[in-house]
Amino acid sequence: MSLLTVENLNLQFDTDEGRITAVDNVSFEINAGEVLGLVGESGSGKSVTAKSLMQLNPANAVYSSESSIKLKLEAEEVDVLSLKSSRELVIVRGGAISMIFQEPMASFAPAITIGSHMVEQLLIHTTMTKNTAAELSVEMLERVGINEAGKRFHQYAFELSGGMRQRAMIAMALSTKPKLLIADEPTTALDVTIQAQVLDLMKDLVSEFGMGILFITHDLGVIAQVADRVSVMYLGRIVESGPVRDVLRSPAHPYTQGLLKALPKLDALDQPLTPVEGDIPSPLERPPGCVFHTRCPEVIADRCNASVPTRTELGHGHSSSCFVLDTAGKPA
Amino acid sequence: MTDTPLIQIENLNVEFPLGHTLFGKPPMLRAVNDVSLNIMPGQFFGLVGESGSGKTTLGRAILRAAPITSGKITFEDADVHYDVGSLLKKDLKNYRKLAQLIFQDPYAALSPRMTVRDIIAEPLEVMGLTKTREETDERVRDIAAKCRLNLEHLRRFPHAFSGGQRQRISIARTLVCNPDFVVADESVAALDVSIQADILNLLKSLQKELGLTYLFISHDLSVVAHICDHVAVMYLGSLVESAPTRDLFNNPRHPYTRALLSAIPSLDPDERGNVQKLEGEIPSPTNPPSGCKFRTRCPLAESRCSKEVPQWREMSEGHYVACHFSEK
Amino acid sequence: MGIFSKTKPVENSQDLKESYFTASQGQLIRSRFKSNRTAMIAGWALTVMILIGLFAPFLSPYEPTMGGRDKSYENGPPQFPKFWDENGFSARPFLYTTERKRSIKTNFRWVLTENREKRRYLELWVDDWEYSFIDLNIDLPGTTFDFELKTLTFKKHLFGMDKGGIHLFGTEKSGKDIFSRTLHAIYTSLAVGTLGVLLSFVLALVIGGVAGYYGGWIDSILQMITDAIRTVPPIPLFMALAAFMPDEWSAETRFFFIATILGLIGWPTLARRIRTHLLSERSQEYVLAAELSGASASHVIRKHLLPSFTSYIIVDLMITFPYVVRSETALSFIGLGLTDPVNSLGSLMQNVSKADVLLNYQWYFIPVIFFIAFVLAFVFVGDGLRDASDPYSHTK
Repeated sequence: MSLLTVENLNLQFDTDEGRITAVDNVSFEINAGEVLGLVGESGSGKSVTAKSLMQLNPANAVYSSESSIKLKLEAEEVDVLSLKSSRELVIVRGGAISMIFQEPMASFAPAITIGSHMVEQLLIHTTMTKNTAAELSVEMLERVGINEAGKRFHQYAFELSGGMRQRAMIAMALSTKPKLLIADEPTTALDVTIQAQVLDLMKDLVSEFGMGILFITHDLGVIAQVADRVSVMYLGRIVESGPVRDVLRSPAHPYTQGLLKALPKLDALDQPLTPVEGDIPSPLERPPGCVFHTRCPEVIADRCNASVPTRTELGHGHSSSCFVLDTAGKPA
Repeated sequence: MTDTPLIQIENLNVEFPLGHTLFGKPPMLRAVNDVSLNIMPGQFFGLVGESGSGKTTLGRAILRAAPITSGKITFEDADVHYDVGSLLKKDLKNYRKLAQLIFQDPYAALSPRMTVRDIIAEPLEVMGLTKTREETDERVRDIAAKCRLNLEHLRRFPHAFSGGQRQRISIARTLVCNPDFVVADESVAALDVSIQADILNLLKSLQKELGLTYLFISHDLSVVAHICDHVAVMYLGSLVESAPTRDLFNNPRHPYTRALLSAIPSLDPDERGNVQKLEGEIPSPTNPPSGCKFRTRCPLAESRCSKEVPQWREMSEGHYVACHFSEK
Repeated sequence: MGIFSKTKPVENSQDLKESYFTASQGQLIRSRFKSNRTAMIAGWALTVMILIGLFAPFLSPYEPTMGGRDKSYENGPPQFPKFWDENGFSARPFLYTTERKRSIKTNFRWVLTENREKRRYLELWVDDWEYSFIDLNIDLPGTTFDFELKTLTFKKHLFGMDKGGIHLFGTEKSGKDIFSRTLHAIYTSLAVGTLGVLLSFVLALVIGGVAGYYGGWIDSILQMITDAIRTVPPIPLFMALAAFMPDEWSAETRFFFIATILGLIGWPTLARRIRTHLLSERSQEYVLAAELSGASASHVIRKHLLPSFTSYIIVDLMITFPYVVRSETALSFIGLGLTDPVNSLGSLMQNVSKADVLLNYQWYFIPVIFFIAFVLAFVFVGDGLRDASDPYSHTK
């Protein structure tokens, strides 16, 4: 059984403007030692999905009754959405599931040293003593490639550079030996040379610690380098899913195809950039039927706006939700 | 295309004071260090670098939105010849008409209290380029149509628009006074990928239609590769390499350029692992390394690199490098 | 687009969206404010109180001074007109006649008795004591600046009694009607508050504005001055000023003086806020965009900076107002500001602190309720405005 199973996750927000659907019937699985990439642009719902795994969404979030998030730990299976009190939630928040964020400066309190942060995290989730926690933290800092880890342990977040802060955050997230690591745009704010280093580090850590990673990003290149499988999200739905090679080399869904065509590629400098037509609809104006049909170059009139396409299996775990496939069979 | 550069930068230095002191001079941060380059009319000139490279400061210095500590920037078109650093009031006003800036953040660059029509019309009114309201309206409509904004959009306020649309409004405002030269500072960085391509295509088509010269500042090499015809690379305030696009990408001569190129994550999952990784962090601009600033991370560094600053030399047609080992 | 048109629902939502898209900042703020219940209620309460204050003479049956006191009803409890009693119904509200007696039986204290047989009727729109809306009599030391101006004189009042008095909130020791005094006190507080806030605002705008716009050493110097004034302790200052104020000064002069002083020491806080707003707005990208088009400083200030913080300033003013009123009330209460016989909420409250009053004449407290309501209304409206003013809280 997989480490994390998400089924029919349906999340809406109660706002002044009405009920906004943020996540619509999302299902996926992550196994131990596997990196699942979650790709999408703004409004795709990827961050909200990630936060649901730790129940970090704001209070006006409404989960539907069919939504289910199950986490398999050694002893038991935890139903994340049924956890209520903060004592119960401790296990998913920093314990079995850890999260690293896009903006490392915002994740560290400015007036507390890095070391204090890490020790505090360990003291909450384990039964270590303060000294043991401090030793382990310094070890983790070294493991993520921070030089002079002992000195850095006593420094504040603003004294470290962007890349180092991100590494420190990874160290902090991994110190509790979580089963699942959620990485929400961890390298987006970093320079490209630093990004390469951090991505390498994460790949090493996966093979060493054997955890599952949910890697959220909008950058398909990063996904190609890091992920084993990828799910593409648009306006709260997963439109395509599968092994990363299959999805990137033979994308089945018109949105995935559009994204790949819109990307500037270094090995195809002569190819013009073709954008995806139109704009991302506001969440208040979700298109009926297939959410992508308003911008789809292959839209079938009266079909795509009338009903929601179901998942079609294309082999090797590659699936896509599109009517165009049904009629034409597997895309070339 | 004439042979005189539109923008000629010679040995430009831009320094900023760090903090305030009541007496005496505070320590200075050298954001741009001895940069010389030429931008020819009609070029789509790309300027790349990571954080601390000074690329934004260079762009702003050309527009006189950053102080010019020393060095010279010359602007020359068919009508005028300006020494940008020493422009006085009247000429400065004219220069502002000729050289403009597109901002990065489409949300912050538009005043939330003005309608789109007023935002686009503002440069016209400030510069006194039109005499009647009808004239202004016509010019606004004209440029708005080129940026695919219709009449309905003009009546609305910025909060009604998405990021891509706001960037188009921003572009319309920049171009309404018909400048010769436009600095696009990370103009697509804040946009989604599917929208980026749209804006890039728009910039390209506007260049042809209006005869513009662009300085396109970005940290994204792949974007620059597609749209620019000439690229310059900066590191920690200095230029390290400059060449026509194809040349730079097919034959990068500086180790930093090579590392940048290989650091870009490839879309091919099987191309993992065969990259030239750069070790170490980017040094702080307040305390740059001596000699060649890249030496702390350079795989080719030798003792010479810490003592001598490499010269900016032309290696082949239009291809300049600053590296002791550029013959390799 | 008739009522029978089937497309109306779609049009409506399209119209709604369009009106949202074309709504200016001001309109958006107004609609957000309207959806805030507390703020709207407070807003209405405030409007009502301001109108009461402005039309105080019209609404008061009696002059709030010694000239209007009711000798036969001193220290009398509040009287509410009735429509109905054991003698029958009356369309016109009425009150019983009261008689005052004192004798050895009552220990020589005045005791009021009601005569339920004799009714007195309430009349609306009566002619009574004269009042003017503009009645200036400026009498400063010396004779160069003295002048008198009296216009807009009326005699009409909203209600009055055919004979005898009507005292909705009772009377106080000298027979002055508390209702009338309270209404006039609201007016006084409004006037002092407005004057003080206006003065503070002008000073704060100039000083804070210059400091915020230019920055640098100008800012540093102005900040030092601002902080210096901030450190002046108000109570000793007022004690000194109270001792300084000559007794010959009329109520109006004292009033102007107090308001001016409050304004002169109230500006630092506002100035600091204005400076902060300006400094942050100054570095906004759209300001830079305007400057790069060659916009002059005055254009930038007029079209970008001023509108950007107008909403903040209105909020700040709304919140400063009750502080000024409170300061004046507090000072008057401790006897340093506007004292009896001037009608100020503070001076009215001065009477409250005696044990005699607390035990026997509890209706003296009614002005206190008004004061609390007044301040709270301002605070809630200010809060509501502040919540409504954030331009990007929903979008982005």
